[in-house]
Order: sequence, then C-alpha cells, then structure tokens
Amino acid sequence: MTQTGPFRLPRGGRLIDRAYQLPFRFDGRQMRGVAGDTLASALLANGQLMMGRSFKYHRPRGPIASGAEEPNALLGLGQGGRFEPNQRATTTPLVGGMVTASQNAWPSLNADIGAVNNWLYRFFPAGFYYKTFMHPRPFWKHVFEPIIRRSAGLGKAPTEADPDKYEQAYAHVDVVVVGGGIAGLTAARDAGRDGKSVWLVEQTPHFGGRTPTDHADGQSRVDALLAELRGMENVTLRRATQATGLYDHGYLLVRESLADHDPNAGIPRQRLWRIRAGHVVVATGALERPLSFAGNDVPGVMLASALRDYIDLYGVAPGRRIVVVTNNDDAYRTALAALDAGLKVVAVIDARSTADGALPAAVRARGLRVLTGSAIAGIKGGHAVEAVKICAHSGSGQVTETVDADCVAMSGGWSPVVHLWSHCGGKLNWSDAQTMFAPDPSRPPTGADGNAMASCAGAAAGDLLAAELTGAQAESALMPVWVMPAHATRKMKFKMWLDFQNDVKVSDVELAAQEGYHSVEHTKRYTTLGMATDQGKVSNINGLAVLSKALNQPIPATGTTTFRPPYTPLTLGAIAAEARGETFLPLRKTPMHGWHEAQGAFFEPVGHWRRPYCYPKGGESHGDAVAREIRAVRASVGTLDASTLGKIIVKGPDAGKFLDMMYTGMMSSLPIGKCRYGLICNENGFLIDDGVAARLSDDTWLVHTTTGGAERMHGHFEDWLQCEWWDWKVWTANVTEQWAQVAVVGPKARMLLERLGGMDLSAEALPFMGWAEGQVAGIPARVYRISFSGELSFEVAVPANRGLELWEKLHEAGRDLDVTPYGTEAMHVMRAEKGFIMIGDETDGTVIPQDLGMSWAISKKKSDYIGKRAQERSHMTDPGRWKLVGLESLDGRVLPDGVYAVDEGVNANGQRKVQGRVTSTYLSPTLDRPIAMGLVRHGPQRMGEVLEFPAGGQDSYKARIVDPVFYDKEGSRANG
Amino acid sequence: MLTLTCPYCGIAAEETELQPGGEAHLKRFGPGSSDAEFEAYLFARRNPKGVHFERWRHAYGCGKWFMAARDTATLQVYGTYKAQTPFPTPEIVAAIQHRHPQWRPDFDATSPTPTSAPEGLTQ
Repeated sequence: MTQTGPFRLPRGGRLIDRAYQLPFRFDGRQMRGVAGDTLASALLANGQLMMGRSFKYHRPRGPIASGAEEPNALLGLGQGGRFEPNQRATTTPLVGGMVTASQNAWPSLNADIGAVNNWLYRFFPAGFYYKTFMHPRPFWKHVFEPIIRRSAGLGKAPTEADPDKYEQAYAHVDVVVVGGGIAGLTAARDAGRDGKSVWLVEQTPHFGGRTPTDHADGQSRVDALLAELRGMENVTLRRATQATGLYDHGYLLVRESLADHDPNAGIPRQRLWRIRAGHVVVATGALERPLSFAGNDVPGVMLASALRDYIDLYGVAPGRRIVVVTNNDDAYRTALAALDAGLKVVAVIDARSTADGALPAAVRARGLRVLTGSAIAGIKGGHAVEAVKICAHSGSGQVTETVDADCVAMSGGWSPVVHLWSHCGGKLNWSDAQTMFAPDPSRPPTGADGNAMASCAGAAAGDLLAAELTGAQAESALMPVWVMPAHATRKMKFKMWLDFQNDVKVSDVELAAQEGYHSVEHTKRYTTLGMATDQGKVSNINGLAVLSKALNQPIPATGTTTFRPPYTPLTLGAIAAEARGETFLPLRKTPMHGWHEAQGAFFEPVGHWRRPYCYPKGGESHGDAVAREIRAVRASVGTLDASTLGKIIVKGPDAGKFLDMMYTGMMSSLPIGKCRYGLICNENGFLIDDGVAARLSDDTWLVHTTTGGAERMHGHFEDWLQCEWWDWKVWTANVTEQWAQVAVVGPKARMLLERLGGMDLSAEALPFMGWAEGQVAGIPARVYRISFSGELSFEVAVPANRGLELWEKLHEAGRDLDVTPYGTEAMHVMRAEKGFIMIGDETDGTVIPQDLGMSWAISKKKSDYIGKRAQERSHMTDPGRWKLVGLESLDGRVLPDGVYAVDEGVNANGQRKVQGRVTSTYLSPTLDRPIAMGLVRHGPQRMGEVLEFPAGGQDSYKARIVDPVFYDKEGSRANG
Repeated sequence: MLTLTCPYCGIAAEETELQPGGEAHLKRFGPGSSDAEFEAYLFARRNPKGVHFERWRHAYGCGKWFMAARDTATLQVYGTYKAQTPFPTPEIVAAIQHRHPQWRPDFDATSPTPTSAPEGLTQ
C-alpha cells in the first residue's frame, strides 16, 4: 500500500486497480501510482499536494478540482517533441513511465524566486501593467516589454515538431448526447429506443458522472442504463471524447483521445470528429463553485466534490483532518465520504443560520460538529493548510476559534455547464432560488430548420439533483455567499481568490468596478478574470456576483461573459491533422517542373504554383543568375515556362458581346488569328487582371489571365454569366492545366524554333500579335506571337503531356545558341525595362487603368463594360490621382520597393505628406543601372522633376521622374 | 458553419464548399445612371437582422451560383433557389411567411419569374 504513496487509503477507489503499479517522475523525483489514477490523484497519494505556482504572484497551488475545470494543477508533460505545457493533472490519465514537471517556478517549485511578487501584491492590482508602464514611451519597447514577455506565460512552448499523428473524421448523426452521466445515459437510451442514430460522448474515460459517488445505488442505476445502451445497434458510446464546441447548423466538434501519452500504441494520438448533428443533448452536468474566503487558494483547500472524488474514485486522502465549509446541503456528502474512509472531519462550517436537511441530519448523527451561521476568517499556512480560523458569517471576521486542519472542502453551490448550449446562441435565465444561470428552453440555439438544435438534460438543464434519475432526496435551499464572511474587511478581500490561475481576487474586481468598469466584458479584460486556460470555469459566476454587488445591481443585470469554444483546449495537432508538411496545401506543378528541379532552379510561390525564380549555376548568387539570364535572352534566346498562365475558353454566339463587357477594350472586333492585350476591372473600376486574348474561331476566344488569376477570373466570368446575363449564350471552360506553354524569347527565337520545324514562323506568316496553329517538332501546337519582354517572342502551347518533350527539344536544338532557361525574376525585370505593368505590383486593388496611362486599352466606342460607370465617378476622374511614371535613381542606388515620395508639409498626424510611391524597382542588367516605376501625383506632367524618398536611417533616395519605358522605346525588337 | 443545399446538384454543401457572394437580387446600374443610383448599387446593402437573400457559389462542387433565403439571426434557411431570377420565387416567399406570417416582400412576388435558366445556359 505505501508503495503507491502515504496518502493512499487502505480501501476504496472505484476507478483504480491497485494490482497494477505505475512508476512516473515529477520534477525529477520517482513516484508510483496505480492503474486508473489521474496524475493528480497519483501525486496526492504521494503526498505531493503542491503542483504548481500561480501566474502573477507565483503562489503555491494544489488542485482545487478533480476534473476539466482545474485551474491550478497544470503540468508540463513528456519530453522533446512530445512535450506539452499546461496539461491538467486532474484529467490526465496516469501512464507508466510518464515524465512530468511543474511550471512557472524557478529554481524549484518549493523555492520560487518569482514568489517575491506575492509580497508585493499591494503593488500589483488589477490594471497594474496598463497603469505603470505608460511613460517614458520608449521604455515600454526596450525595457518593460522584454522583461514582461520573459516572465509571462505559464508553461513553456515545445521547441520540437510534434512526432505524433492525428486524424479527422466526419459523422452524420441524428442525436448526439454530450455527457455520459446519468442524465446523458438516460437521454441516449430514450433516443436509442426511438430508433435514431445516437452518439454518446463522455469527456472522461468512465461513464456515470457523479452519480456513483454521490448516490447510494448510483452505480447500479448507471450499469443498468449502460447494459441497455450497449445492446442497441443504433447507439455509439465514446469515452475520453470531449465535445469542444457547437457551431452553426448542428456542427459539433468532438475530440477523441485514442493514444494520448502512449506514443507506442501505433495509432493516431487523437481524432477530431466533425459531426453534423440533427440534435444535440447537452448533458454536461454542473461545476461546483469555490467560496471566497481569505486564504481560499492555499494548497489543501479544494472543492468539496473534488475531495469526495479523490476519496471515492481513487482511494486517496488529500488530508487527514478535514474542515468542510459550505452554503448548501450537498457538501455534507463530502463529510460523510470522509468519515466512511476513516478520515477525521474537524467540523462542518455552514454559512446558513440553520441546516436541518436530511444530509446535515445524517452528519450530526455521526457526532460531527456542525457550526451554522459560521464562516472561515482565514487559513493558517502557506504551502499547505495548517489551521482554519472560524468566525461568524454575519460579521467582519472576528476569529472565534482556530482549529487544526490540513484540508478544507469548500462548496459555494453549483453552476450548470451551459457552454455548448451558449456557443451558438442559446440563452440563459438567472434563478434566484438556485443561485445560478440555467438554460432557457424557450430561447434555444436554432438550426437550419429554425427549430432548437440543442436541448439540455439533468444538471446542465438546472435540475441539479436530477432526483428522478438518481433517487436523491430533496435538499434544503442554499444561501448565496459571494464573500465570506459577509462583511469581510478590505484586507481579507486581498486574500480571497476568484480566478486562481490568473490571480484575480475579490479586491481586484471591486477595484475595477470602482474605476468605472461596469460591463462584465470590460471587467474581465481589465482584471483578466476568466481569461486563463480554464476560461473561468470555477471563477466566472463568483466574479460577476462580486461585480454585481460592487455595482449594486442584480446578477442578471450584469450578465455573463460570452461562452466561446473550445470548452477545453484543443491541440493544434488535432486541428491540423493530416494537413501538415507537404499535405498542408497541394502544390501545382507544371509538366516541366521536374526538369527545373533537376537544373537546381530556385522556386518561388505564385498562387498555388511553384515557379522557377531563377536557375543559379554553380555558386552563383540569385542576383547574378537573374542578370545572366536576362543578358542571354537579350543577346540570343531564352525559354520561360509559361504553363501557369491562366487559359480560359469563352465560346458561344454571344461570346464577343460578353468579352466586350468583361474587358475595357474591344474583343468582339478581334479578327480570327489575332491576339489582343486586354484589361479586366471589377465593378468598382479597379484593375484586377490583364492578359492576351486570342480569337480562335468565329465564336471562340482563348483568354489568357495572370498565373494567380485563372480561377478568380473564371469565377468572375461565371458570376456575370449566371447571375446577370443568364440569357446570353456563352460557355466558359478553364483549360489552364490542359496546356503546357513555353515562351521562346530573344533575337534568335525564330531561328531556334525553325530548327524544330513544322511551321512557317516568318514575320510574314506570323506577324506580331498573331497566332497560328500547326506542329512544332512534331507536336501539335498553337504559337502566339506575343511579347512580355520586348524581344522577338513566340509562346508555344502544346498539350500538357508533351510539354516536357518540347522543352527538352528546344534545349537540345539550341545548345550552340546558348539557349538559357529563365525564371520569373528575369521576366519581371525585362517587363519593367519595357515599362509593362504587373498586376499586383503597379496595381493594389485601388488603381484604375487610367492611372497607368493605359487609356489606349479602353474602348471609347463601347457604351458599357464592367467598371466603366465607376471610372466616371468624381474621385476616379480627379486629376490629382497618382499616375504611372518611370523613376531614375540619382546616385546609382536601387530604390527600395514600396517607398514613398515625400511632399512639403505635414498631415493632421504630424507626418510628412506624400505624393507618390515606388511600385517596381530593379537593377537593370541590360542598361547596367537602376530602374523603377512608381505612381506619382501629376506624374506624367512632371518629367524631369526630382523626388525625395526617405528610407529609415539612411540618406534619402532621390529619383528623377522619367518615361516608364527604359528600353527599346520604338518597340522594334519585338516586331522583328 | 452553415449547410446549404445546392439547387443544381442537390448536394447539402458545407460552408467550406461554398463561396459567398453577398446580397442577392441587386439591380445593376451602369453608365448613364446617377451618382446616387450607382453608389447605392455598389455600396448600400440591407444587412438585416432577419430575412436575407444572398448569393452563394457551389465553388468546390458544380460551380453554379445559387441564392439562399436565410435568417441572419436564427440561421434558419427558408430555401435555396437557382440564380436566374430577378427576385425570390413564390415558394421561397411562402416558406418565409410560414415562419413569419407578418413578413411582406418588397418586390412583386406574384409576377412570373423564370424558375430555371433559359435555354443556352444550363446544359
């Protein structure tokens, strides 16, 4: 017996199996528990009452609860990639070999230097950080914040990747019952008898809830229900499964523990169920509330129900001389359980003036002292309870008696667990008689049919006794006690904890009220009440009751803070599941992707694609590679994998009319065999995409979009076709991935393609802005004579599965021409040298074509196109709009991207006024000097003016306004 | 997370399969319209607490745009219908009035509306 700890009782322990001993480590010390223990019960059995320190004052803390609501007993579990901070000892099943560590204490749990904060508590009231670190302002960033950041946070974040696997699964279920206590079991049975598909999910590894512990024949009642449920084929029972949130239309998120802390099981650690529930029965029980007396946070003070659980479920005595303090009958059950376990109960302190119900009577009959009208004035002891000071509840704390004790069981009443009910809009009513918020069945969360998608059962519904199911006898009424004793002094309130984890006390909430924080949501944020990892499960009602009293208003007038999912923390692993690493987002790869990889290309993400940015050779830097690629293209010939360009077929009798609406320019007049560059705007008038359209036949156009814009533009077209002009006869198809496309670019581009043979690509047969269909190197191809580089350029489109073949043949045939593969950066620089705009560089969602000097691409003949009306608005025609110009750096430095040109004067915030900004900026290898483009107020009328661009601590950049076309202004090279 | 049934393919689609498209049945104002008309068309939305008509695209499904009549407060879905109609169908109006007998449409619900796309748009 002593092997599993000095505080293990000789008998009892409903959930443990003493035959299986499990060794584990806590802060380096070897300990032993037994199968069925939680970490908390095993630590308590070993006499380890203190399990952590609080967040702000580093106060010594032991567990106050036995379940998911625990705010204190948070441990770091595991090692390496499996390390997890802030794990609740009360809900973590003990596993042999477990390595655990306390948190928020240095150098050790017993001697924590941070506890100096505890002596300074008068100087750390609510809002301390807001009030203290205001001035001088630079101190915040450089002095205060780094110190606070280092000391903030409970557990340490793991530093290694999580090696475990997680999975997600979907289920569609008629009725999901959340909570495997007697109310949940009964609800599941009833739904099962109705023939519905039923899931029952229980957060702990055991069904039954509190009933077996609290009621004489509870276990047999539970067993009978389980036996019937297990015989129903339409009922699924899942234990260790936590419903964490209920969302719109019956979407219930449920986390099932499969192999938590058992990494050798060979199965996923957790499974996240995404359930569509026809109806959810919330049978989540109730949580006991602490009492606010001075010293209520000393290790050894715990909830009465928790003490009962440790005795009954785990055969553990957290103490041997117990004081029970209560305002209700239920806590008397703890006195009886302690007596049955052979423990000494020093006294029951009851704030009520009379206690004459059946349970108090049973306690008196066992010869116990019951002190009515009494209260706790204070706790003697720091690391553990040593004695309890008793006073009259109606007074201000005059100590009448001090009794030796090592454990205090407190009960301030119970609060239904209404989280799931409230997550999606279910409303609550305050019950004065029961002193609690309970679900209002007339205001439920509603589903897609407009009817209730959830209902509550048992204690969660406000039926705390569930007498019909448990057979419990009626209890006498509780008396609301929010501060103990009723007229406690200010000094005592400094020691009355409401939120144990975040160290929020009665004095803090009263201070917040005094300082004008009247809304419960504001008080919460100011004091951090309920903002710890337990999300206020034990502190919320006590805190808002204290606030209500301070504001002198009834509790329902204060209301609750918003209940938000998840009910208990959800691991990021379960949320991510398989979507990590390479499966996080499937990459799109062109048919030539493998070739690029083999050549050592450096890739950049463009939409979901990966495109070669450049192809560095040997030890070449990216900048050197880009410059080499550009020189090779301008001197001879290069190839660009342009397969990612969006390709959309637009077909039908009304296709021309439709494209005239989509583009600012005229597409219906485009002759078959020709290409035309076009701009697409949204209804706001702003430029959203550009590209070249080719007319394939009388009723068919092929529209090229930007790489990132294909899906978006296809959606844009479909939107207008389906929702506005649904009588127009037009079909669209996104054929982007059907074609591989290679831009063959440079003065020797024609020579190279002619070597592959198959088509007449002469200037006469295929002039600039024409296209032709035929064969290249025996591959069926369309060749578009278009240029984004200013060079002679052919874009060759072939069926996707022949793309690599074409690419390799080009490189084979052009070896002596120094044919050079080039990447997106070379493409960008070359287009900037030519003054061509790039969607996303020169445009940012607020730029219209007129800003870019592209009025030539806007048809004057058309009565309408998407964006036309917007471009007539006064702001769009304002001559002061910033317009596109070239920028020439005066000192040879490349302008930084995105920098602003300053103007004279300051704005209302005292900042320098601005008059333009850089949109594209590069070092041009062709011109061997920096080039840039930018948008500048009245820019085109200010050629030759010099602008100033401040850039951090360096000297300002200066640049002259010039024409944006830096290279081959006549355009003769592309026309060759 | 809502579920809406696509009226084209009949699938009860999760919100993650859908692309939202804002308020439905806007009348487009183009060149020639007044500043006030155009501003209202472009920016002014009803944003009601209650009955709302909205556009959704079954983006990760059949690709069709459709309309949903939905209550923004209770999340009740009165119905979904094809997009090729200038205002909600009589069936939708009836479904709304079943829940809210006092609700009156601000459009002519008795006027015949196309219940499916004209020939040439659907396959």
